[in-house]
Amino acid sequence: MNLASRSLYRAALLVALSMVALTAGCHHKPPPPPPPPPVQAPAPARPTVTLQASPSSINKGESATLSWNSTDATELSIAPDVGAVTAQGSTKVTPSDSMTYTITATGPGGSASATATVTVNAPPPPPPPKGPSDDELFLREVRDAYFDYDKADIRPDARAALSQTADFLKRHTSIKATIEGHCDERGSTEYNLALGDRRATAVKQYLVSLGVSADRLSTVSFGKEKPFCNESNESCWQQNRRGHFLKAN
Amino acid sequence: MQSKLRGLSSFFVLVILAFCGRSAAAQDWFRTAIGLDANKPRLAIADFAARSEAAKSHASLFTQVVRDDLQLSGILEVPSPSFYPPQAPSIPAELKPAIWIDPPTNANFLAFGNLSESASEVAIEAWLYDVRNPSAQAVVGKVYRGAPTDLQVRKFAHQFADEIISKLSGGLPGVASTQIAFVSSRSGGAKEIWVMDYDGSNQHQLTTLRSISLTPRWSPDASRIAFTCFAPSAGLTSAQICMYSLDTGKLVSFPRFRGTNITPAWSPDGTEIIFSSSMQGNPQLYVSDINGGRPKRLTSANGASMSPSWNPKTGQTVAFVSDRAGTPQLYLMNSDGTSETKLDLPDKGYVIDPAWAPNGQLLAFSWRRPNDNYDIYIMDAATRQLVELTRDQGRNERPSWAPDGRHLVFESTRGGTRQIWTMLADGSQPHQLTTTGHNESPNWSPR
Repeated sequence: MNLASRSLYRAALLVALSMVALTAGCHHKPPPPPPPPPVQAPAPARPTVTLQASPSSINKGESATLSWNSTDATELSIAPDVGAVTAQGSTKVTPSDSMTYTITATGPGGSASATATVTVNAPPPPPPPKGPSDDELFLREVRDAYFDYDKADIRPDARAALSQTADFLKRHTSIKATIEGHCDERGSTEYNLALGDRRATAVKQYLVSLGVSADRLSTVSFGKEKPFCNESNESCWQQNRRGHFLKAN
Repeated sequence: MQSKLRGLSSFFVLVILAFCGRSAAAQDWFRTAIGLDANKPRLAIADFAARSEAAKSHASLFTQVVRDDLQLSGILEVPSPSFYPPQAPSIPAELKPAIWIDPPTNANFLAFGNLSESASEVAIEAWLYDVRNPSAQAVVGKVYRGAPTDLQVRKFAHQFADEIISKLSGGLPGVASTQIAFVSSRSGGAKEIWVMDYDGSNQHQLTTLRSISLTPRWSPDASRIAFTCFAPSAGLTSAQICMYSLDTGKLVSFPRFRGTNITPAWSPDGTEIIFSSSMQGNPQLYVSDINGGRPKRLTSANGASMSPSWNPKTGQTVAFVSDRAGTPQLYLMNSDGTSETKLDLPDKGYVIDPAWAPNGQLLAFSWRRPNDNYDIYIMDAATRQLVELTRDQGRNERPSWAPDGRHLVFESTRGGTRQIWTMLADGSQPHQLTTTGHNESPNWSPR
């Protein structure tokens, strides 16, 4: 320890000693005790109440059950319709429309309330006025394509028929169609199956060229196995040489 | 040039001869090719003796079936039983050859024998003797034992007839024990695959798909029948190849392909099939293994190709129908799809239903010539010579050869409705096999 720090130590010690003497000489009187609290009866508890509806959703004409539970209430009542009730219980309600029930509990401690809602589902809307079904429209508007003997080329009259068919299919995009290829009885069974395939494919390609999506159209050849007409004359044969549309489901 | 012209003109002479009735010159090569000799031995079949009252009906059934079989064989003349001498031998010791050689029977051979029958068994002794060489041994001597049913007695009669035919035709067996697959709509209107004995008896239904089944084709080992079917799948109907197993009595699975899949035909070794499919566009011919695996396209011309027939002898050539030139015509190609050639006929019209004969040389087909109806023709593939087998008798289509190469089965409308008929390969002895409902698309089984 050098000289300067020793004198600093001495000064600090002096200060500390004088502080102790100062405090000891400064003694106050104690304060008076607080007055005792006033004597009172305890306050009544505030009522509590719960209300539930089960089920909370019904169809018109059905019932739901309201159940409730309460504490510290002297009077309970449920509005609307039900009225005064006991401290706990349940009751059936048959609201004709969606309804929110409120239970009010009143007691010395005040009042409380709770609500529960019963939703009444509306009956299904009446069916809309009946228009033609897709099946009926399909039959009415879709036109088959007819072919020349031994040919799978689309004729001018078939072009007109297929334009109408394409219009229908483009307006009813949910409808899919099967194109059946048919032939008259004159060729062989085997040759006609191949020819019917080419006819059905030609019809499909023509519709696709008019903007009908290919995946809505399937093809099948029945050759001469499912004739529309069974006589052996040209008017009957013409009936059987066709691409025939069926609505696919 | 000169010799070419001469060759061409002699070809036309032959064709014209073939069309002008049954000229001897045109018929010689043809009868030789199909083994129908003009000089047929006369073979009498004596009434088989019933050893008991119980055996009587089967004795007469056996006799009748053997007579029909030998008559249908085409290689024998069967004298009318009304010419026969009154005493029929029932065993060789009773045979008096002289009375069978004499007119009016004029027999070269005599078949005879006897049946005995119990509640559980029929026993048939059957012989064939060369009555002009009576010291010789029996040509055929057989004993058959089995269940005493009509079906079994028929089977034994067919076996005995086939023994005789084999002995008398230099080893080429008869077809009396073979069967014919066909399409019938007699039950409920749906077209199903049926099978019958070669003579039309024992007709029974194989498939019950209740839709449209067509073009049955026996596998070379007769264990399967491939055909065209319309069985729907997942709401979609289309023509597909179906495969029926005669071992299990059920369909064997076969893959579905896009489009229209028709007219399967077996390779002679039974390992592949060719069929027509529009899986990639126009109907073309494809070859695949018999489970439908790895289909490979063979044709690519315009139009449609279908109805293949695989040469059963060489395995090299496939005949088929294509309308690439406008109307359906016959074409030949190698079985790998190379070397397609058109088979030109003297005039236009429809040419369909090619069917190779077992000898791989003759091609039967149906031809509708201008202003005429469909008729069955045979062409020699090497010389292109033609013979017409049917004429002016309704629509005659879809010939299929018997394994002996001497018989054809076909469909005809000559009786008013479409029915199955057989005939000898020279057009003689037409014989109706079906009468109930509509029946079509016959295919003769291999042996």
